[in-house]
Amino acid sequence: WESFLPSQVLVQPVQLICLYAPAYHLILEGILILWIIRLLFSKTYKLQERSDLTPKEKEELIEEWQPEPLVPPVPKDHPALNYNVVSGPPTHIITVNGKECINFASFNFLGLLDNEKVKSAAQASLKKYGVGTCGPRGFYGTFDVHLELEERLAKFMRTEEAIIYSYGFATIASAIPAYSKRGDIVFVDEAACFAIQKGLQASRSNIKLFKHNDMADLERLLKEQETEDQKNPRKARVTRRFIVVEGLYMNTGDVCPLPELIKLKYKYKVRIFLEESLSFGVLGEHGRGITEHFGINIDDIDLISANMENSLASIGGFCCGRSFIIDHQRLSGQGYCFSASLPPLLAAAAIEALNIMEDNPDIFQTLRAKCERIHELLQGISGLKVVGESFSPALHLQLEESCGSRENDVKLLKRVVDYCMNSGIALTQARYLEKEEKCLPPPSIRVVVTVEQTEQELDKAASLLKEAAQSVLN
Amino acid sequence: MKNINAMLNCTKLVTLNHIVHNGGLYKRPFNEAFEETPMLVAVLTYVGYGVLTLFGYLRDFMRQWKIEKCQNATEREEQKDFVPLYQDFENFYNRNLYMRIRDSWNRPICSVPGAKVDMMERVSHDYNWTFTYTGRVIKDIINMGSYNYLGFAQKAGTCQEAAAKVLSQYGAGVCSTRQEMGNLDKHEELEKLVARFLGVESAMAYGMGFATNSMNIPALVGKGCLILSDELNHASLVLGARLSGATIRIFKHNNMQSLEKLLKDAIVHGQPRTRRPWKKILILVEGIYSMEGSIVRLPEVIALKKKYKSYLYLDEAHSIGALGPSGRGVVEYFGLSPEDVDVMMGTFTKSFGAAGGYIGGKKELIDYLRTYSHSAVYATSLSPPVVEQIITSMKCIMGEDGTNVGKARVQQLAENTRYFRRRLKEMGFIIYGNEDSPVVPLMLYMPAKIGAFGREMLKRNIGVVVVGFPATPIIESRARFCLSAAHTKEMLDTALKEINEVGDLLQLKYSRHRLVPLLDRPFDETTYEETED
Repeated sequence: WESFLPSQVLVQPVQLICLYAPAYHLILEGILILWIIRLLFSKTYKLQERSDLTPKEKEELIEEWQPEPLVPPVPKDHPALNYNVVSGPPTHIITVNGKECINFASFNFLGLLDNEKVKSAAQASLKKYGVGTCGPRGFYGTFDVHLELEERLAKFMRTEEAIIYSYGFATIASAIPAYSKRGDIVFVDEAACFAIQKGLQASRSNIKLFKHNDMADLERLLKEQETEDQKNPRKARVTRRFIVVEGLYMNTGDVCPLPELIKLKYKYKVRIFLEESLSFGVLGEHGRGITEHFGINIDDIDLISANMENSLASIGGFCCGRSFIIDHQRLSGQGYCFSASLPPLLAAAAIEALNIMEDNPDIFQTLRAKCERIHELLQGISGLKVVGESFSPALHLQLEESCGSRENDVKLLKRVVDYCMNSGIALTQARYLEKEEKCLPPPSIRVVVTVEQTEQELDKAASLLKEAAQSVLN
Repeated sequence: MKNINAMLNCTKLVTLNHIVHNGGLYKRPFNEAFEETPMLVAVLTYVGYGVLTLFGYLRDFMRQWKIEKCQNATEREEQKDFVPLYQDFENFYNRNLYMRIRDSWNRPICSVPGAKVDMMERVSHDYNWTFTYTGRVIKDIINMGSYNYLGFAQKAGTCQEAAAKVLSQYGAGVCSTRQEMGNLDKHEELEKLVARFLGVESAMAYGMGFATNSMNIPALVGKGCLILSDELNHASLVLGARLSGATIRIFKHNNMQSLEKLLKDAIVHGQPRTRRPWKKILILVEGIYSMEGSIVRLPEVIALKKKYKSYLYLDEAHSIGALGPSGRGVVEYFGLSPEDVDVMMGTFTKSFGAAGGYIGGKKELIDYLRTYSHSAVYATSLSPPVVEQIITSMKCIMGEDGTNVGKARVQQLAENTRYFRRRLKEMGFIIYGNEDSPVVPLMLYMPAKIGAFGREMLKRNIGVVVVGFPATPIIESRARFCLSAAHTKEMLDTALKEINEVGDLLQLKYSRHRLVPLLDRPFDETTYEETED
């Protein structure tokens, strides 16, 4: 027992250490022990508190703070403030601000806006379903018309599946963020429309802009990305890449070089998203869009998105492609899951419009002939240049020489438009949000060709524009 | 014994009566209740999810080793060496949990979504991977899932006739944007009417409710501004806030102390790191929160907004037409002035039986939005027959069509709400939310009950909406009933009888706090002590 007394257990070894350890060792250990004791007993210091302010000072700060007004005042003569008022339907003959004109401003390419068959299909749907759907697709908002429209669109475009949205803008703006997330890379054309830009912003991915229709620039960016990948192969294996292009660009009126893009796709392993709002129902022998125009296998494009507000003269939009890709949007497309579905009468109108497109494939030839005619007629107007392909139904007329500031250009073009409107041709300027666009196009007048315009009307429009340019710009 | 009981069945009923407190801000009792999850139920729910996850891993393993056939769609052969489009793990929940009860959602209907609806029958022979339609139609299902608060989803009547007339005159589409050639006289008429309905200076209408939020919040605030957003705000508000580029701070759901603390901190400390003062502060709240059934504490929010000089954006998607003695929304419900709310936003989908959204406010605000809203510049305007439906239904609610139909419907909805909620609480279910909200969430908790509830109710010819993760927190899955003025008392009684039966079958009556029916005296702390046993 005696050898296990605490004093024995503790004291003996210490005594041994003190006898046999060198002196400097003992001194070092002693200093260390004293330091630990000091640290244990010294006052802990906190990081300086963020607010040393007293409550009274806080009150004063709150009193003094003045916010900006919610919105800055808009000058009364701002060009975008006073809308044109259209009385009656915006069809071929349109009444704008009380004056009857021929419509060269609405995207009613196939003239289906006042087609009697389309209207009666919509009427039948209205009698059966009422107007609204009162719910999103997941909660009793899926009607048999929606399912039928999706099937018909998939069959028309020859893809496996299609999904419809209730708003054209929301279609591509919800489709892109469903696939491309933070850390992924998207190569997008500079002239992409605003809806694509918002989709990209919502996706939080890395955006790389390449010059409009410049495949060399795109290849350069892709090569740069390839060298980056070789530095970090693990990251490269999980970073998705996409190219987003439009079939027929709204801002410039020309087409994207799709065959070269397909080659780049397989060479650099990037997926392609194609936005076909203007080219659906316009390009191609049967109106199937730019893939038919170039004769490309539709399975080579990963996703085609289009809105039904141009050729189909309805409201909403759709995406089509393989089931592997489209099915994902049914749970991750924000504009699909969290928004009410398309009113059935608009879906029925779109189905009937598709029927008409399938039954009369020669309207596409007629439309193309008219586009080429007006393209030719508008050449040679002094002061204005035509921007857009000869087969594009939506052209831009830009000033040949800018007069210094964008504001003055806009004013000048407005005078041209007013001259035409007073003489019976309804035109409009292309509208943009100047501060929000990534690459703001120059101000222009939009000229839209539809199948309903006769040759005399096309001639009249062209000569009127010549006259207007003469009187205003010279 | 009593202690263990109290521990196992710990419940706290939080009811607030602000007539006494808060200096008379509230002119009527504000009764909101969120009964706490019983401990045993929470444990069992976690166990349920655990079992499902284990089975999920097992099935994935079997699919990977080809023991079980993989029924997912797959990538093209030519693109197999591309970077995979989806992370395998992201889809784990989709493949293994959602797929089992997928038949509760996306149910296709083939009639007008009124009080009774016809559904297309669909069956699945491979456990919900694919569906086939048998061709039969299940008729006259009581519809407790569509947002049809005032019963304007009708296929006959003045609204439908007016819409038909406009359709034959104008056509279905518009083919242009508001600023270009898409501004019809119908739109101007609609906007004047909406401004009159809300009691504001001016209003603007848009084609999609979701897009109204996501395209106009970025036009109002930008970098250097602060957005204070409620925890449970809708996806469109969250997307709009993110797209604006402003700093976002979140306050606890409907919690005014949390909001005040954030406001104070924001003004006192300014922007993070640079300490510059904020340009403006915008508070985003909703009128009725559709997953909780709670109503925003508007009087307190307005008092805070005035004290701290910030701006209020009120999203009345579910509350316009559904609250208030004449259907003017949550502002009228609390007896406040619409001038106090800076931006009044709402949708036409729910109470007006149409589609689209609107924003109302002062003339400067609407002029600014006409010029700078993304939707006015780049998106197509509303379709004319839809506009006519809104105009007719709004005039009906306001009483301007010469009948009492609108007022009768608003009153019917309020009566239906009170009756339905009271009966459900008496039966012993846990019901969330405010007494006056026509959105009634009934708690289910366990994952298996989500699918079972939906299917059992459908067998009894009642269509309900069930929601689970990720729309709600993982253990708080629920069934949500949306009441309508078109529901008659017989329909509600039938529904209640069936809910009672299914509740007993699935053991859903979790509530420990049984409400004494027809309690006339106001609630305060003493009531709580009395009824807890």
